[in-house]
Amino acid sequence: MKTHEVVIEPGRSEKNYWRDLWRNRELLYILSMRDISVRYKQTVLGTSWSLIRPLITMMIMFFVFSKVAKLKGDPGIPYPLMILAGLTIWTFFSNAFTQISTSITANSNLVTKVYFPRLIMPLSSSVVSFIDFLVALGLFVVLTIWYQFWPDWHILFLPFFIILALLASFAFGLIFAVLNVRFRDIGQLIPFIVQIGFYACPIAYSSRLVEENAGEWWHPLYYMNPMVGIIDGFKWSLLGEKAFFNPASVINSVAVVILFLFVSIYFFRQRENSFVDDI
Amino acid sequence: MAVITAEDISKRYIIDHKKGKGSTSIKDALGDQLKKVFGGKKPQHPEYEHIEHEDFWALRDVNFSVEQGDRIGIVGHNGAGKSTLLKVLSKITEPTTGRIHIRGRIASLLEVGTGFHPELTGRENIFLNGAILGMTREEIRKQFDAIVDFGGIEKFLDTPVKRYSSGMYVRLGFAIAAHLDPEILIIDEVLAVGDAEFQKKSLGKMRDVSASGRTILFVSHNMTAVQALCNRTLYFERGRLIEQGETNQVVASYLSKISKTKLLREWNTPEEAPGNDLVRVKKIEILPEYVDNQIFIDVRTPFRVRFEFWNMMDRANLNLSLHLYSMTGECIFNVGTLSQPYSRGLISGECLIPGHFLNDGTYNVSMMIVKDTVTPLYNMEEGLIFDVADYRDGVAWYGKWPGFVRPQLSFHTEMMEENILND
Repeated sequence: MKTHEVVIEPGRSEKNYWRDLWRNRELLYILSMRDISVRYKQTVLGTSWSLIRPLITMMIMFFVFSKVAKLKGDPGIPYPLMILAGLTIWTFFSNAFTQISTSITANSNLVTKVYFPRLIMPLSSSVVSFIDFLVALGLFVVLTIWYQFWPDWHILFLPFFIILALLASFAFGLIFAVLNVRFRDIGQLIPFIVQIGFYACPIAYSSRLVEENAGEWWHPLYYMNPMVGIIDGFKWSLLGEKAFFNPASVINSVAVVILFLFVSIYFFRQRENSFVDDI
Repeated sequence: MAVITAEDISKRYIIDHKKGKGSTSIKDALGDQLKKVFGGKKPQHPEYEHIEHEDFWALRDVNFSVEQGDRIGIVGHNGAGKSTLLKVLSKITEPTTGRIHIRGRIASLLEVGTGFHPELTGRENIFLNGAILGMTREEIRKQFDAIVDFGGIEKFLDTPVKRYSSGMYVRLGFAIAAHLDPEILIIDEVLAVGDAEFQKKSLGKMRDVSASGRTILFVSHNMTAVQALCNRTLYFERGRLIEQGETNQVVASYLSKISKTKLLREWNTPEEAPGNDLVRVKKIEILPEYVDNQIFIDVRTPFRVRFEFWNMMDRANLNLSLHLYSMTGECIFNVGTLSQPYSRGLISGECLIPGHFLNDGTYNVSMMIVKDTVTPLYNMEEGLIFDVADYRDGVAWYGKWPGFVRPQLSFHTEMMEENILND
């Protein structure tokens, strides 16, 4: 066995950081398993909890937006199905985003006592949210069977949009995770951001309604939100051609997500060595 | 071969006086920035800005090297920088200046059961904690039975650890850590927890680890354990490494420095002396009778308590009464002198406390001046406070020796009849 040599110096960012991260993949697995099994142990309803919640939300939103407000959906697509598609990917994004934002502070007992690449913690939050997402996606499949609604070749694009949503949550969450260590009041901002995002994104309504207002001043603003392209693309992959999708919007999403991903990872790496001093 | 070389390590913390250590709110940070940008308005308290951020050097210019197979003790007061050093060595926090070169796989045990989750079972937590400490699942699986056995928790493997007693929790935590297989092991004060039997087991395990040629760094306040386990010791004070070398020598100088012992209190004139119109105290003193270059009192050391006072009464029957208290306030003993008639003047009394009598600990001696064997004239309640250090020879147990006294009584065993149990 070759000797393991380490040099510790101020500001020396570990040369083999990424290799170290890879070496710690078992820790990633175990931390994710911990969060998943704790979640499902603590609740009486267990796994069904992640099914009941979106189902009830979907029913309420269907009632409010379609029955009461009489919003038009995409022609040919059952309104509840459209809501559930948007809700599934949004819940994935917002859960991952929220959990990544608090991943460092929630694990402060580890941060102060052991060394490992800190990126493991937000990564493990992503894994946990992804598992929840798969469960929710199962619910969606059941509902499509109920409505006898079969996906077409568009479904091949599904993984692309899922990955994009994951990267988006990671990119934004990471920045907040770092800020959260230093400024605890950021934590209170996060549910608020998620709530605003819920209405700013095409979840309970279709972007088709926004498109009908193409001349309005807020129309370009709407498309600046990177989640619009991701959510529309996700709905389009699942529900097919009839779902409204502006392909140009996804270019914006990709550009914003990649930019933020680089910035946030850089920011995280800059700050991670001093987490323990601030936490 | 040096496995750890530390050169000029310093670690600075910036203490925020406004809110104490920890997280700041954005409002504060923004407020400070705005103040800087817009300047102008003077802060309300001129010194306030001054002390708002203060540098605190948890470590200052620390240099040392550790050889392969060394067992290094790290001693010092709370806040002397010991824990910071361990954190820097384990890469948890980075030094502000300096450079450390480490050869070998390092595992640090700064806490027992790091990352244990109360909802998870013992079994699940073994894997969780093992992974956190850097073991692979394969390694844990291989060691699993040994860990369970060492911790003695077979029956509770599938119980959530939140139902564990604190003793079981600690045993499980230490059992996992004990089965790590690093080349360098860093341990922070884990022996402060657990019962005596378990402490013995853990120390034994640590000795095994060091016997196999691995390097240990061990922080502890238990000098007996440090002396038993470590061949070299580093002594820290206020972030500086003030002494390093052979353990017995460093520990002795540490003990003599931390000793709360004040061996003499003296007043030159009756005017400034404590007391009243009848009697006033001139002096209270402890006179140890050291042997072999001892520099502090340990359980072997005999010492005399000397007391001098002025008597301002023409004729009085006086006696002294000495109480010895433990730091928790229990009276350990009370002895008195015979009552004798004295005229006006300076009177002294001396009491010999033998060696091999008091247990290690901190004691308070009080002296009472009594008239006619019943009327206390003056009671000097906190006469002197002094430490008695531990000393053991030929005992492989390092826990706190119980009891207030530790007398050497005649007590022995003998073989009465041999070979009667053979079949």
